Amino acid sequence: MHAESEIREPLILGTKTYRQITDDIIAPIEGKASKGWYVLLTIFALTFLWGIGCLAYTIGVGIGAWGSNNSADWAWDITNFVWWIGIGHAGTLISAVLLLFRQKWRMAINRSAEAMTIFAVMCAAIFVTLHTGRPWLDYMLFPLPNQFGSLWPNFNSPLLWDVFAVSTYFTVSLVFWYIGLIPDFGMIRDRVIKPWQKKMYGLLSFGWGGSARHWSRFEEVSLVLAGLSTPLVFSVHSIVSFDFATSIVPGWHTTIFPPYFVSGAVFSGFAMVLTLMLVVRKIYKLEAYLTIKHIEYMNIVIIVTGSIVGVAYLTELFMAWYSGVEWEQYAFLNRATGPLSWSYWCMMTCNVVSPQLFWFKKIRTSILATFVLSIVVNIGMWFERFVIIVPTLLRTFLPSSWNTYTPSFIDIGIFIGTIGMFGTFFLLFSRFFPVIAQAELKTILKQSGESQKKAAANHKHEHISAH
Amino acid sequence: MATGTTKQIIHGVFGDEEPMVAACKKLRASGIRIKEVYTPFPVHGLDSIIGIPRTRLAICAFIYGITGTGLATLMMWYMMIHDWHSDIGGKPTWAYYFAVPAFIPITFESTVFCAAHGMALTYLLRCWLVPGAKAKNPDPRSTDDKFLVYLELNDEQAKKAEAILKEHSVEEVNHKGTLHIPAPY
Repeated sequence: MHAESEIREPLILGTKTYRQITDDIIAPIEGKASKGWYVLLTIFALTFLWGIGCLAYTIGVGIGAWGSNNSADWAWDITNFVWWIGIGHAGTLISAVLLLFRQKWRMAINRSAEAMTIFAVMCAAIFVTLHTGRPWLDYMLFPLPNQFGSLWPNFNSPLLWDVFAVSTYFTVSLVFWYIGLIPDFGMIRDRVIKPWQKKMYGLLSFGWGGSARHWSRFEEVSLVLAGLSTPLVFSVHSIVSFDFATSIVPGWHTTIFPPYFVSGAVFSGFAMVLTLMLVVRKIYKLEAYLTIKHIEYMNIVIIVTGSIVGVAYLTELFMAWYSGVEWEQYAFLNRATGPLSWSYWCMMTCNVVSPQLFWFKKIRTSILATFVLSIVVNIGMWFERFVIIVPTLLRTFLPSSWNTYTPSFIDIGIFIGTIGMFGTFFLLFSRFFPVIAQAELKTILKQSGESQKKAAANHKHEHISAH
Repeated sequence: MATGTTKQIIHGVFGDEEPMVAACKKLRASGIRIKEVYTPFPVHGLDSIIGIPRTRLAICAFIYGITGTGLATLMMWYMMIHDWHSDIGGKPTWAYYFAVPAFIPITFESTVFCAAHGMALTYLLRCWLVPGAKAKNPDPRSTDDKFLVYLELNDEQAKKAEAILKEHSVEEVNHKGTLHIPAPY
């Protein structure tokens, strides 16, 4: 076991033991759900149902039910798709990239961040499935032989790359998440008493026993999956940005898109993880594991990625001017001063100005400020995608086809519905699944636990004074 | 009558990992085979101490990965170049090496897809972690906060092992019956 510097703040507060970690993580599963949980679940489930209604209506009558028109042929659908998939990126970043960088603070948050990834990608999938117009023909996106109704899919198209990227991303994230869950399900199986719970967690744990052989394979699998997920997560949002960047639409046709989209995705994803984490730590009393230090670390990531996004916005403006291309210049002028300029300034304020507040230690260690700003960031990131898509498409090359855009209540309904679905799934997850990767957390207790660190420090000082 | 050997099954239950690791080192040094160790979390370095060879799963992942690369290449070559040319925006489809830049993203995704899923599946099957499998830990406390050293030893070794375990502040030494191994014919 290697020692950790005394200066480093502990990641597990109080005098926890292995047993207490078990008890704390299993508490929401063994105990009864609070009233607040039921209230939230009802609200989310109802909005989810409303969303299903709007979704069914769309399938019934076609996407004419949306506000999209001949100019803005992509609108809320792709805005929401990119927004959700961007949110998903933080989960993989936390569990894979931070694993490769050996950042121990990831251990308390990776489980729920990965769950968030999976639910967010599910929400995103709804929009891409629907936006094709005839979702029952979506099998045509897969490389099926010509006699199924169309030619081979076009492998030159970034839209097809997206199909492969998003489905790979979803399934690999799911597997990564589940492999990490197996040992924790094993722990729950061995602890719970109720017969149905014993049976359910017995099935879910796949017979996990925690033998040294299995652990050594487990660690190898985690490491290699992290190594595979890292380029994967960068590729997914790069490919999402290719959907725009490989077109010839002014304002989209730029090479800055992949890095700009990836950092934006991490930015919004971390904000969403913070929103959820602050709620989870409160209702499940996990303050000892999800500490202020964790919040601060995540806020630092938000400053970094938010600043990259800010620089990207300014670079785009500069390049539009410097390119000398009239249409490119107009695209940005239109975003900032056109009829939908309010959305542009909303994006600028939320994404460029608000994360800079985290330079102040008081703000980045304040729970309330973090909670509010994390929501602000996600509003900003929604508007970023809206600004890229709608105002740009409304005024392209031919002024005779310029148009206006208003979302229909179906558009809004489906979007709200996906938030309901996300919330419902996350609440169910937090109630029945271990929200913290307890097996991993136990590995850092000795080095990063508060009381253990203090004991080690005292021991060292005694040792020095004895000489 | 054919005779065999009778082995005692011993569970050494520890409350902490350091004494358990120390005991394992001592047991191995005295030539006692450690059948298995069950721990609530991965204990680093334990595999080499109890003599588990390094897993070859990463090699599998590499093989699955290049399989994915190959399959994607073959698929796109067949569909876009060989079977059905389509002139899409004048993009070149007459030879694979002309069209390849557009094929890179899917080739990459397919590599990751096959490597990740192949490896995960191999891991699950190799450890026999499947829905409905019986719990593999002999003592349910070993997923919570106990570290269990599982031994199958003959009487003489069992005595020696028990002494070593006790030296290292073992919490419990549980005798779980005997195992009869018939002699080969």
